[in-house]
Amino acid sequence: MLTLNHYLLLSAVLFAIGTSGVFLRRNLITMLLSIEIMLNAVNLLFVAAGREWVSRIEPPSLALDGQIIVFFVMTVAAAEAAVGLAIVIALFRHRETLSPDAFTALKW
Amino acid sequence: MDLILFYVFGAVAVVASLFVVGQRHPMYSVLLLIVSFGGLAGLYILLEAPFVAVTQIIIYAGAIMVLFLFTVMLLNPHRDDEGVPPAASLWGPSGGPGPLRIGALLSVLLVAELGWALSRIQTTPFDEAPADIQSVREIGRRLFTDYAFAFEATSLLILVAMVGAVILARKPPRGLQ
Repeated sequence: MLTLNHYLLLSAVLFAIGTSGVFLRRNLITMLLSIEIMLNAVNLLFVAAGREWVSRIEPPSLALDGQIIVFFVMTVAAAEAAVGLAIVIALFRHRETLSPDAFTALKW
Repeated sequence: MDLILFYVFGAVAVVASLFVVGQRHPMYSVLLLIVSFGGLAGLYILLEAPFVAVTQIIIYAGAIMVLFLFTVMLLNPHRDDEGVPPAASLWGPSGGPGPLRIGALLSVLLVAELGWALSRIQTTPFDEAPADIQSVREIGRRLFTDYAFAFEATSLLILVAMVGAVILARKPPRGLQ
C-alpha cells in the first residue's frame, strides 16, 4: 500500500538530483533547471502531506492548505525563472558564455 | 494498482530528472524536464489533487518551460560546460574541481540520511479521502478568503518580476557601456 513514506523518499531523491545538478553542472541554464527540480520535489511533499492529514484534522478541507501552498510556490517559481533568465541573458551579452566560472567580477 | 502507478510515475520523474542533470545540451535538458513534470502530474493525480496536476501541466510545462526554451533558442549556447573536461563534468574518474565532488557527495549524503531516517518511522496507508479534498471550488474559496492577502501579494510579486525582467534583459543604453 502507498504510504507517506513513499512520497517522502521520492521527494528526497528528486531534491538530491536537483542539488547535485546545481553543484555539478557548469551551465547557468541547467543550474536554473535543477532549481526547478528542487522546487517540484518540495511541491510533491506539500501535496503528499496534505493528503496524509485529510482524516486527522477538522474540518478536512484544512488539508487543502498543502495544495494551496503549491500554487504560491508555482508563482514564485515563475517569477524566479523570469528574473533568473533575464539575468542569464544580460550576463551572456557581456561574456558570450554560460559558464558561471566566467563571472568572477564580485569574487574577492 | 496505486503502487504500480506510483512506481511508474516516480521512475519517469526520477530518470528524466537524472537525464536533465546529465544532458550536455540545454535544449534536451529543458525537454526532458517537461517529461519529468508529466510524471509528477501523474503523482498528483494519485494523491487525489487533480487541480494541482492540471496546473502543473499548464503553468510549469506550458508556460515556465516555454520561457526556458525561448532563452535557450535565443542564446543558442553550443559551448556549454566549456571550461570543464567532458568526462569530468559528471562522476569522471579524474573528477572535477574539489568543490564539485564535495557538492555531489553532500547531496548523496542527504539522500542516505533521509533514507535512514525514513526507514525508522512507521506510516500507515492513506485513509479514504472525503470528496471535498478534490474540490476545485473549495480550493478557490480558501484562496480568496483565508489566503486573500497572500494572493494579492503574489500579484504584486508577478508585477515586480515582470518589470525587473524587462529592465534586466533590455540592451543597456549607449552611455552606460
